[in-house]
Amino acid sequence: MTTTTTTEVIASSSGSWRAVRAFFRNPAAVLATAFLVFVTIVALTAPLIYPEDPLSMVARPFLWPGQNPKFLLGSDSLGRDVAAGLVWGSRISLVIGIAAMALGVTIGIVVGATAGYFGGRIDDALVRLVEIFQTTPSFLMLVVLVAIAEPRVESITVGIALVTWPTIARLVRAEFRSLREKDFVTAARGLGYGHLRIIFIEILPNALPPIIVTSSVIVASAILMESALSFMGLGDPNRISWGSMIGASRETLRTAWYLTAIPGIAIVLTVLALNMIGDALNDALNPRLSGER
Amino acid sequence: MPLLSVVDLHTHFRTPEGELRAVDGVSLTVDKGESVGLVGESGCGKSTLGKAVLRLVQPTSGSVGFDGEEVSRLPADALGPFRRRAQMIFQDPFSSLNPRHTIERILTAPLYVHGIGDRAERKRRVPRMIEQGGLPLSSLSRYPHEFSGGQRQRIGIARALILGPELVVCDEPVSALDLSIQAQILNLLVEMKREYGLSYLFISHDLSVIRYFANRVLVMYLGRIVESAAGADLWARPLHPYTRALIQAIPDPARRRQAAPIGGDIASPLDIPKGCRFHPRCPIATSICTKVDPALVRHGDGHEAACHHAGQLTRPPEA
Repeated sequence: MTTTTTTEVIASSSGSWRAVRAFFRNPAAVLATAFLVFVTIVALTAPLIYPEDPLSMVARPFLWPGQNPKFLLGSDSLGRDVAAGLVWGSRISLVIGIAAMALGVTIGIVVGATAGYFGGRIDDALVRLVEIFQTTPSFLMLVVLVAIAEPRVESITVGIALVTWPTIARLVRAEFRSLREKDFVTAARGLGYGHLRIIFIEILPNALPPIIVTSSVIVASAILMESALSFMGLGDPNRISWGSMIGASRETLRTAWYLTAIPGIAIVLTVLALNMIGDALNDALNPRLSGER
Repeated sequence: MPLLSVVDLHTHFRTPEGELRAVDGVSLTVDKGESVGLVGESGCGKSTLGKAVLRLVQPTSGSVGFDGEEVSRLPADALGPFRRRAQMIFQDPFSSLNPRHTIERILTAPLYVHGIGDRAERKRRVPRMIEQGGLPLSSLSRYPHEFSGGQRQRIGIARALILGPELVVCDEPVSALDLSIQAQILNLLVEMKREYGLSYLFISHDLSVIRYFANRVLVMYLGRIVESAAGADLWARPLHPYTRALIQAIPDPARRRQAAPIGGDIASPLDIPKGCRFHPRCPIATSICTKVDPALVRHGDGHEAACHHAGQLTRPPEA
């Protein structure tokens, strides 16, 4: 017992490290993470790569990709640089995707935890509220919300959060309902812990794995929703986004298909990467599937 | 004055199938420094009784007096001092510890929540407690899943005792453990009692464990106490036919004949039999038993039983 063997180190490290290792053993997860890191770096450095406004007309219209080395991905019907649009558009997609997820998950956790932990009438009332949101077609509601408010990044973010929180709320409620019956929660009550402490410090950490998995999928669907809104011309008119690039070029689909294909591929790859990360997280955070413990 | 005095406690649950009477009129006392054993089959309401005493389940009616104070109707925000003085040890050491917290956090949080000591004082107290519980100091930085069942139960005991309680309700604390570990944990509980002058309400379905542990034994059947006696007295002179059957069910190599098992299953607490609740399974039941619910009656010094034919071994002739 004088030397610490590798197995002992593994056994003594906490469960979260085990999950991180399991996650990065999955090649799809590594690839998806690398892609998202790349997109994030591009988004952060957009003002350095393309200092000019991506909405300004800088070239002859309908330059095909490769035609002019100054405009690598060509130009659109108004002579705007497609590459600059793609780079700046990633900012909107990521900002709205992540901010809407953060807001939606926060609302979902608060509502779901309250309903699941307290049960009874509070639960009944909150479940009704969730059902009202879930029985309304969510994209229609989003369109209405954004149409009522000004189409700005902030209002779109809030709108997407308002249509996604019920998914998280249902998930969190189910987790809390099963966890609150565990003896360690009874013990916490017996030790005189307050409700807030039991909800956020005792129960929530145990409910996190499925929330994390769903969150990555929610980022993906938020990006899709923003693209769809921009495609329909309901996005922020002062910001370029992947969706608005597709929307602006849909009339020239037959003559200049690359104008829709390029931002389309960007959306597909980003959403795919997020979904792959969601799957990998699900495997990594579920000890029974990852074959350890 | 007893430390804990429970009077006519009822705990009923509303279920879709009707009213479930888990605890149906129980009175008991636990004196300072006493170990009271509570024995009964699974589903007789003993766990619910333990939780109702600690206000982990809200009693339907009746009273729970703790050191002269009525705690069953205290508002939730006034329970703090009671929580410090009355604690619980759980049956399942795998679900009773939060898997996401280190042992240090599990033991420090109760002190923090009750505002006991400053940071430095807590840093001194927690290691002392874990060592008393028989675990090495290196345990503190580890998570519950790194420990065996017996070790986890030691952590559960340390957590229950860190607030310095006077009453500890032990809800089957050893029944989930291997036999060899059971003895260690029971010894630890006895040691802790000596050290801190604790009083125990010790719940178990295992008479041999109760026999080792308790000064006084209560036998529970279907939400009621049916017999109550000092340990030695109960083993020597069981008065209730149910108690007798329980004692005979302990395997004993010295006894030639096979023990006669109690027939049938415990009745449903949703549909408690009329009259004596034990009569459908009782070997000596007569017609009175199907009509009149027997009260707990004294039969000599500190020995009570709820049976019309207490102490009789065979069915008496019908009157």
